[in-house]
Amino acid sequence: MSEIYDPATDPKKTTHLFFGPQHPGVTGNMSIEMWFDGDQVTKAITHVGYLHRGFEKLMESRLWIQNFPLVCRICVPEPDINEECYALAIEELAGIEVPERAKWIRTLVLELARFAVNLMAFGGQAGTLGLGTGAMWGITFRDFVLDLFEELTGARIYHIYIQPGGVRRDLPPGFEKRVEEVLSKIEERLPELDRLILNNAVFKLRTKNIGVVNPEWIEEYGLVGPVARGSGSVRDVRKDAPYEIYDKLDFDVVSETGSDVYARANVRRREIDLSMSLIRQILSGMPTGPVAAKLPNLTEWRVPAGEFYSRVESSRGEYGYYVVSDGSLKPRRVHVRGPSYVHAVPLLERMLVGANIADVSNIMVSLTTCPPEIER
Amino acid sequence: MKFTDVISPFLAWSRAAKKVDTIPYPTQKNPGADRYRGFHINDTTKCIGCGRCEVICENKAIDMIKVEGIEPTKGDSGLRPVVDYGRCCWCALCIDVCSTGSLGFTNSYSWITENPDTCRYTPGIDKKGWDKEEKGYRQDNDVLGWAGSPREQMEIETPEKRIENFEEVVKGYTVEQAMEEASRCIECGLCISACPAHMHIPDYLKAIAEGRFVDAVKLFYDNNPLPEMCGKVCTRQCETVCAMGYQGESIAIRWLKRFACEQFDSLADVLALDAQPGEPNGKKVAVVGAGPSGLSAAYYLSKKGYEVHVFDRLDNGGGVSWNAIPEYRLPANGINKQMEVFEQAGVIFNFGREVTLDLLTELESGFDAVYLAVGLQKPSDARIEGEDIPEVRPAFDFLMSAPDKGEKLTGKKVIVIGGGNVAMDAARTCVRLGADVVLSYRRRVEDMPADDEEIHEAMEETIDFRPQTIPIRIEKTASGIKYLYHEAEMVPNPKGGRPRPKPKDDVEHAIEADILFSAIGQSSDIEFIPEAMQKEMEINWGRIIVDENQYTGFKNFFAGGDITPGEGDAITAIADGLRAVKGIINRLK
Repeated sequence: MSEIYDPATDPKKTTHLFFGPQHPGVTGNMSIEMWFDGDQVTKAITHVGYLHRGFEKLMESRLWIQNFPLVCRICVPEPDINEECYALAIEELAGIEVPERAKWIRTLVLELARFAVNLMAFGGQAGTLGLGTGAMWGITFRDFVLDLFEELTGARIYHIYIQPGGVRRDLPPGFEKRVEEVLSKIEERLPELDRLILNNAVFKLRTKNIGVVNPEWIEEYGLVGPVARGSGSVRDVRKDAPYEIYDKLDFDVVSETGSDVYARANVRRREIDLSMSLIRQILSGMPTGPVAAKLPNLTEWRVPAGEFYSRVESSRGEYGYYVVSDGSLKPRRVHVRGPSYVHAVPLLERMLVGANIADVSNIMVSLTTCPPEIER
Repeated sequence: MKFTDVISPFLAWSRAAKKVDTIPYPTQKNPGADRYRGFHINDTTKCIGCGRCEVICENKAIDMIKVEGIEPTKGDSGLRPVVDYGRCCWCALCIDVCSTGSLGFTNSYSWITENPDTCRYTPGIDKKGWDKEEKGYRQDNDVLGWAGSPREQMEIETPEKRIENFEEVVKGYTVEQAMEEASRCIECGLCISACPAHMHIPDYLKAIAEGRFVDAVKLFYDNNPLPEMCGKVCTRQCETVCAMGYQGESIAIRWLKRFACEQFDSLADVLALDAQPGEPNGKKVAVVGAGPSGLSAAYYLSKKGYEVHVFDRLDNGGGVSWNAIPEYRLPANGINKQMEVFEQAGVIFNFGREVTLDLLTELESGFDAVYLAVGLQKPSDARIEGEDIPEVRPAFDFLMSAPDKGEKLTGKKVIVIGGGNVAMDAARTCVRLGADVVLSYRRRVEDMPADDEEIHEAMEETIDFRPQTIPIRIEKTASGIKYLYHEAEMVPNPKGGRPRPKPKDDVEHAIEADILFSAIGQSSDIEFIPEAMQKEMEINWGRIIVDENQYTGFKNFFAGGDITPGEGDAITAIADGLRAVKGIINRLK
């Protein structure tokens, strides 16, 4: 069968190129197959599968509790959302009451993670344009937050800290003070980062009116997170369907109307400020009490039969877990639903057409894609 | 676009003059946080080798292995975890579930080695640089409670109510409670090796947790034909080694056994084809004594096709266990349910047959093998001046005489001497009969050989405990007796072992009472064994010495239970019976 002729892939007129999967400009391990006419993309196809480790299937063969060290590995920069979603679902199915203090600590952890990931992503956006200093600074700031995680959970990346019924340890003594110290340190240096990135002529030239997400596409594709909020949407699970203690915190959803890469970078920058505000609110209102509910014997724990879809707001947008239990020792089915699929596959393929070859990485990073959640 | 946008990025150069954030390793090192999840350490003296870390590890990074220098004992498998760092993901589940809290993480995270094989090591055994590290992620059982949980509480009658009658003190579990309690088991199996009969404890707990009560009963009968009795009065050596008991409460294995049996009106029906006589092999075995040991041997021999005749001087089975233990612990009407099973299995009973020299001679010639399980029949002498006064009575005989149906002791004052289960039974029975009871024991309460629960319940029942009292003599008075004693202090035993009591001073304390029960143990009565036979057997302090198959060394005579040296409890007697079955089968091949 001969292939249907497509002028966008005409071998006589276009250059055929693979971008990734091993390339510093690509988020995670995915690749984009592209055709260029000159330096303009005529067609792009996203290829995923390089990171497929079969998380969902593996989870069906492990005890409920044994999946916590596994789910966090779906997202390196922000593992806690996975633990949170999975724990929320188990708690709902098993009817576990989470102590109040545990809810506050969980929210603190989720915000710290969002804070760290936005610092890195904001700097990373500059990195795609060759502004390596911005990327390094962003990673340095994130490292300060990782120090806090190390102190709180015992690990820097995979915290495995949120558990059904609460968290695994109470805050160490003086932790609140050290969080504040880190916040102050970063807050003091953020204007430097702003001057380097947002107020940079090069950055503005390379991001304004580039990678425009038409607000109509939000409904069409089901866009969420900074991608949607950069185009005027005010969708945020923290506000729309508050979990943990978000309904007790005072905040407005960050939204920009620019629709371009710059607007999305600005959303992330303002999210950093929002996270700092939320962390301070949490620390000032933290109640006392137990941090974990008692669980049954973990090796004999049969979570009652049922199904539940839990969702949280990740740094990339709405993030959900659909968990089914048949009342046995192991989950019957766990489905991980992250926003990256629509962002990285249909949306990116559409947005790249007509884009300049130098902007491919720029646009892709602005969509905050995370391949592991596409290929769970 | 503003002009400042062109200038502002260059302000980043100002950072070049400031202190760097990067740590200049190796001149400056960054230690892990206090809670850092680094390399494992294990306190191998605290570790009991339960293997819970191995079970919870989702990466199969932990294996339990036999290590040099640590021998398996009761309550310690002798195994220790070896960790493969090619697999470990430092999730710390192993730490949080460790039943003794011996396993921990240090905050060391850097290890350079030329030999990749050393990346699999046994913490605590293979010496590492971080063995003494204080910091690192350790178990916090107060927060999570994953390493131990409390026991499901069984309903128990209040002391005020229970001393009014002989009804059972504990009420038994409900189905929900039992399933909940059984689901606490972590299946380490330490209990199996601790149980003299090596019952399939984790298996039947799992069956109960899953609501498969028929399976549970069948599992009991695999190596214990008296599960209901053991479910009520077993000395539960299994529970003392239970891994859950280190940071929580041990699993109520005994109560769960009782629960599963209580679910059925007839155990014989439950077992059905599992409790049937085997294909007859033409061999006859006599069992002397229908106590736990004799019944066990009889049951399993009959199932193997032997024609088994059981002889006992009492009118029913169960021996001392069933007849001397008071109603409030072990109701006598329960014996029929258990005896049905033996009858279904084809055991032939000859009750009311006093064991005499003639009978034994008859058995020697008429049977292929004889199993002696006569137990201890004679109360030990208290060796106290005045013990021949009629008011001074052996507690054992009193308990065997079905005291709940006998005389009332209302308003009488009773003294019980002893600290074992017989002493507790006698004291508590007297309280129920209306007496005012004083319990005198030479050593401290914690030295009492009686079951802790028994002691605790006895204390609740208004019994006046007088520990550390050394009897001097008993005098006859006009109305009754006078018991004189010294108060004692504990001195270390020069030969080792538990401390010994020594009179504090010369002061003679006295208690006046109506009756004194001595409960300082029973001794054997082997007069029924012909002298010629006795000479052939090895007998030490009235106990018959046997080999690992309960063989006495004389013709086809086997012995077990309390007549042989041992722990002196029902489950050990049952285990003796099981071994005797093996020995008899091998010998009659």
